[in-house]
Amino acid sequence: MEKRIRVLVAKPGLDGHDRGAKVVARALRDAGFEVIYTGIRLTPEQIVAASVQEDVNVVALSLLSGAHNTLFPKVVEQLKEKGLNDILVIGGGVIPDADIPFLKEHGVAEVFTPGTPTTKIVDFIKENVK
Amino acid sequence: MANESLKAGFQAYTAKVEKSLEKFPERKNLESNRLYTPLDIEGFDYEKDLGFPGQYPFTRGVQPTMYRGRFWTMRMYAGFATAEESNKRYRYLLASGGSGLSCAFDLPTQIGYDSDHPMAEGEVGKVGVAIDSLADMEILFDGIPLDKVSTSMTINAPASVLLAMYIAVAEKQGVSPDKLAGTIQNDILKEYAARGTYIFPPKPSMRLITNIFEYCSKHVPSWNTISISGYHIREAGSTASQEIAFTIADGIAYVEAAIKAGMDVDDFAGRLSFFWNAHNNVLEEVAKFRASRRIWAKVMKERFNAKQAKSQMLRVHTQTAGSMLTAQQPDNNIVRVALQTAAAVMGGTQSLHTNSKDEALALPTEESVRIALRTQQIVAYESGLADTVDPLAGSYYVEALTNKIEAEAWEYIKKIDEIGGAPAAIEKGYIQKEIQESAYKWQMQVEKGERVIVGVNKFQIEEQAPKNLLRVDASVGELQKKKIADLKARRDNAKVEAALAALKTACADESVNLMPIILDAVRAYATEGEICGVMREVFGEYQASTTL
Repeated sequence: MEKRIRVLVAKPGLDGHDRGAKVVARALRDAGFEVIYTGIRLTPEQIVAASVQEDVNVVALSLLSGAHNTLFPKVVEQLKEKGLNDILVIGGGVIPDADIPFLKEHGVAEVFTPGTPTTKIVDFIKENVK
Repeated sequence: MANESLKAGFQAYTAKVEKSLEKFPERKNLESNRLYTPLDIEGFDYEKDLGFPGQYPFTRGVQPTMYRGRFWTMRMYAGFATAEESNKRYRYLLASGGSGLSCAFDLPTQIGYDSDHPMAEGEVGKVGVAIDSLADMEILFDGIPLDKVSTSMTINAPASVLLAMYIAVAEKQGVSPDKLAGTIQNDILKEYAARGTYIFPPKPSMRLITNIFEYCSKHVPSWNTISISGYHIREAGSTASQEIAFTIADGIAYVEAAIKAGMDVDDFAGRLSFFWNAHNNVLEEVAKFRASRRIWAKVMKERFNAKQAKSQMLRVHTQTAGSMLTAQQPDNNIVRVALQTAAAVMGGTQSLHTNSKDEALALPTEESVRIALRTQQIVAYESGLADTVDPLAGSYYVEALTNKIEAEAWEYIKKIDEIGGAPAAIEKGYIQKEIQESAYKWQMQVEKGERVIVGVNKFQIEEQAPKNLLRVDASVGELQKKKIADLKARRDNAKVEAALAALKTACADESVNLMPIILDAVRAYATEGEICGVMREVFGEYQASTTL
């Protein structure tokens, strides 16, 4: 049997808005993935540690506070420092279109903004997970 | 007899409709009743169920003349970047006809970290203004007479510190605390359940809250000491009934805590205020406002034996639903906000913030904030909705819906009582789980197209990326760090040390009211992070359990 895709849904920074993160986490679970939700207010270090511990294939970051340009690249950077180059990192939240190219340059594979159907996220993970 | 004839008439109407449904089918997923008649409000008793405005049970509103006297306070929530920038925005809003201020603080401020704390990285000045010490607060209210405006501050875990700063700024303006009017949110329970900016565990948090109630009842009598908030519960995905039920359950917990701390209910209950969401379904929202007033009046009178009318009144601030704004075709949000405004006004709110069209994308620009404020002004001056008190009373539908929402909310309140009250229900994850269920259900309805969101899952167009979004300069963090370093170099550090040591001792003694001690520390220019740091040391930090 094929190993199930494991996804860490995480909220870096200080933002407490986790409606989106929880809805996405549940939708991914309903789509057959193994999902771990970290809860809110995590540092990039804590997210990377959880990714290692949970041996995940995907890290899905959610942030609505505007700190994404600082915190998303930090997570990617620290994953790479640990040699975890195979983990697919995706992001979502209130993220202006203008910031998306910057985030992609810094290793975030895709950014899902408000109004995205969860099925689109599921499909993206299935197609891009390494 | 009249009822018999009405029933017969209704049955005949229904039979006729059923026959025509094949030819004229109705839309799917509609509210269950097609038509409301007197049959839906059987036993309706005007005096008992509604009464007159300004009278128990306050269904029709908390003031006798409502908006015929003066309109609700048009209070626009604002704050970003530095105190200097936000001060400019406040002056702009007041000059544009805003009638009160509402401060948005950045997340480090809301969680008791100074801007130079590692956890603050990337967050400084982003969702609100960065306030590290009294020095920032002095700039924030520079040129704004605090005896003339009322100010609402969205601050919870460190509410005591920010209130102390506000009092200290007023002192410097020569304004005594008894002249101050405003609100602190100060509602920690919904932070645990839905919003996330908690610091300390429940017990010391409840102590801080009751300390504030007590201090303000003596020294800042016109201050709303708490804004018990359903807004964020709704934003997190709850239904209308859940919003008011969970919030009133929180309110019950605060009243119980204050009574347990030795206060008389009528000494503080008149300063409790609430905060509702104005969502998309206009009539459901109107019914929600009316039901919430009726429930709170009953709770205060019957459960807590509050004697004064003021203690039984649910006074409410409202914000239009941020989660209902769409990033797609953002101009449509102006229309959504106008309808939500109509709901809040027909619901009888005491003050209102209207969201701006671009807030699903970023913080609002000055231009979009102006449209949001103008929306309130148009509803106030042009629509006629504010011309009579509680204009929808007596509508079969609105009265039946008010009853239904009230009944659903009571069910939840009873359930929470059985669990042991709101703090226990939050600790067990019950409230969070209920909210999540509703949020997921909503999202699935949208994805299946059962619930249409215009521009999102129907009527989409190809769009250009929106231009002219407000961006907070990344240099704000560096600027705040420098301000803290400068402050620490110029203030009397011995005085700060002494104030913080006194605070530490006081924190350990539950019988002490912390407000005067925090005020001393603030006056000495101790930073917010230093003050909260001492409290973190003594009180510890809340560890959330997460449920999926």
